[in-house]
Amino acid sequence: MDLLETLSKTFFDFGAMAQVLPQLLQVGLVNTLIISAAATLIGTTLGMLVALMGLSPSRLLRLPARIYTDLFRGLPAILTILLVGQGLARLSQQLFGPSPYPLGILALSLIASAYIGEIFRAGIQSVEKGQLEACRALGMSYSRAMRLVVIPQGVRRVLPALVNQFIAIVKDSSLVYFLGLLVSERELFRVGQDAAVLSGNLSPLVLAGLFYLLITVPLTHLVNHVDERFRTGRRRPRAPVSGLDEVERLERTSTTQPATGSGR
Amino acid sequence: MSIQAKRDAFHGASLELRELTMAFDETEVLHGVSFAVASGTTTCVIGPSGSGKSTLLRGINRLHEPKSGDVLLSGRSVLGDKPDELRLRIGMVFQHFNLFPDHSALANVALALWKVKRLAKDRAFALAAQRLEEVGLGDRLDHRPRDLSGGQQQRVAIARALAMEPEVMLFDEATSALDPELVKGVLNLMAQLCERGMTMLVVTHEMGFARKVADQVVFMDEGEVVECGPPEQIFDAPRSPRLARFLSEVL
Repeated sequence: MDLLETLSKTFFDFGAMAQVLPQLLQVGLVNTLIISAAATLIGTTLGMLVALMGLSPSRLLRLPARIYTDLFRGLPAILTILLVGQGLARLSQQLFGPSPYPLGILALSLIASAYIGEIFRAGIQSVEKGQLEACRALGMSYSRAMRLVVIPQGVRRVLPALVNQFIAIVKDSSLVYFLGLLVSERELFRVGQDAAVLSGNLSPLVLAGLFYLLITVPLTHLVNHVDERFRTGRRRPRAPVSGLDEVERLERTSTTQPATGSGR
Repeated sequence: MSIQAKRDAFHGASLELRELTMAFDETEVLHGVSFAVASGTTTCVIGPSGSGKSTLLRGINRLHEPKSGDVLLSGRSVLGDKPDELRLRIGMVFQHFNLFPDHSALANVALALWKVKRLAKDRAFALAAQRLEEVGLGDRLDHRPRDLSGGQQQRVAIARALAMEPEVMLFDEATSALDPELVKGVLNLMAQLCERGMTMLVVTHEMGFARKVADQVVFMDEGEVVECGPPEQIFDAPRSPRLARFLSEVL
C-alpha cells in the first residue's frame, strides 16, 4: 500500500495538479502552441525552399541545400538550440530585445526545415515525370508547372510524414527552456518543471505531459486518417464498366464517325 | 459539312525538320533526321522500339533540346523562339495521357487556358467544356482521371491539347496504353482531326491507322529515317530490307 501511495503522491497529486493547472493553461499551453506554430510555419516555408533548391538543376543551389540539410539534421537538437540561442543572443537583443523566445523559435525552425525539406523533396520527386512534361507541353514555364501541378501533388503525398514532423516540433519545443525563458514565456514543460520543484513531486510534469498528449495524439490520428485517405482514396467502389459499353456509347455519338481513310 | 469546310476548322502549319540531331549527354540518339509535314496533313512515324521516335517528338517541341539541326513551322525556324511560346503552337498527346490526377476532366482542359493563355476563368472553363463535348465527353466533365477509362482519359488529353489551338499536333503512341476495344475510339477521333485539317505527326504502332489515315509514313530505325513515303509505298513496296523486316514482324 505504501508503494501505491508513494506512486500516487509522486505522479497523481491532484492538489498539486490543480494548483499548476491555471498556469499550464494560460502560460504553458499558449507558449507551446505559439512556439510550435511559429516554428512549423517558418520551418515549412524554409523546408520548401530547401527542397526546391535541392531539386534544382543548378549545382550552385543544390550544394548549399545539401550542406544545410546534413548540418541541421545531423546535429542534436539541443546543440543547435544552444548554439543559435546563445551564439546569436547579442544580435537578437538588438532586434527583439532580451527575450530568447525568438531565437528558440528560429532554432526549432532551422531543425524542422532540414527534415521538412527532405520530406518535400521526396514527395515532389515521387511525382511522375510525365506531369511536368504535360505542363511544359502546354506552354507552362517550369516554375508555373511546379507551382500549379507538381508541388501540390508531391505535398499531398507526404502529408502524413509532414504531420509527423509537426508532432516532433511540438515535442522539441520543450527544449527551448534551455535558453532561460522569462516567467511569462515558459512553455508547458518549464511550467510543469517549476511547479514540480515547488510541490516536491512530479504531478505537475505529469499534467504537462497530458497537455502534450492532448496536442500530439489528435495529430497522430490525423496522420492515420490522412494516410488511410490517400491509400484508399475517396473513391467509392463502383461496379466495373465494360469497355464494350463505352464503345457502343461512342458509336452512338455523332463525334465518332468511323475513320474513312484520308478522304483525299 | 464538306471535307473542305471541315479542313478549315483548323489552321495547321507546315512542319519541317532539317538534320535534327539529338543526344543524351554524349550519346547521340537521333542522327540528322529530315522530313517535312505539309500543312493540314498527317505523317505517321513507325519503327521498332529504341528507334528514336519519341525522342524525335520531344525534340520538335523542345521538351528535350536538340543538339543541332533545325525545326521550321510554316517555313520559319523556331529553335530560336522561347520554348514556352513554341509549345503553345505545338500540342502533344502522350502514351500515358499524363492528365493531372487531382483535377476533374474539365479542370484538366481548362487549366492551361486559364493560367497560360490567360483567358478569364469562366471563359476557360466554358471553352474546356465545349472541347470535351467535341470529343464525346460532355457527360464526364466532373470526373477525375481515375474514374475514366483509358480511352476516355486519352480523349481528355487530346481535348486538352486541342483547346490551346495548336498549329501542329504530336501524338506519342497515343493508343499503346489502351485496352484493345478502346483503341478505335481514340483513332477515330485522331482521324477526324486529320480530316479537319490539323497538321499531325503521329508516332504509332497502329499500322492499320497509318495505312488508312496518313498522307506520309516515316520509318525510323536506330535514330535515323530509313524510308519515307506514301503509305502504299511503305506498306506494299518497302525498299529497304530493314523496313521489310520490321513489317514482317508487326503485320
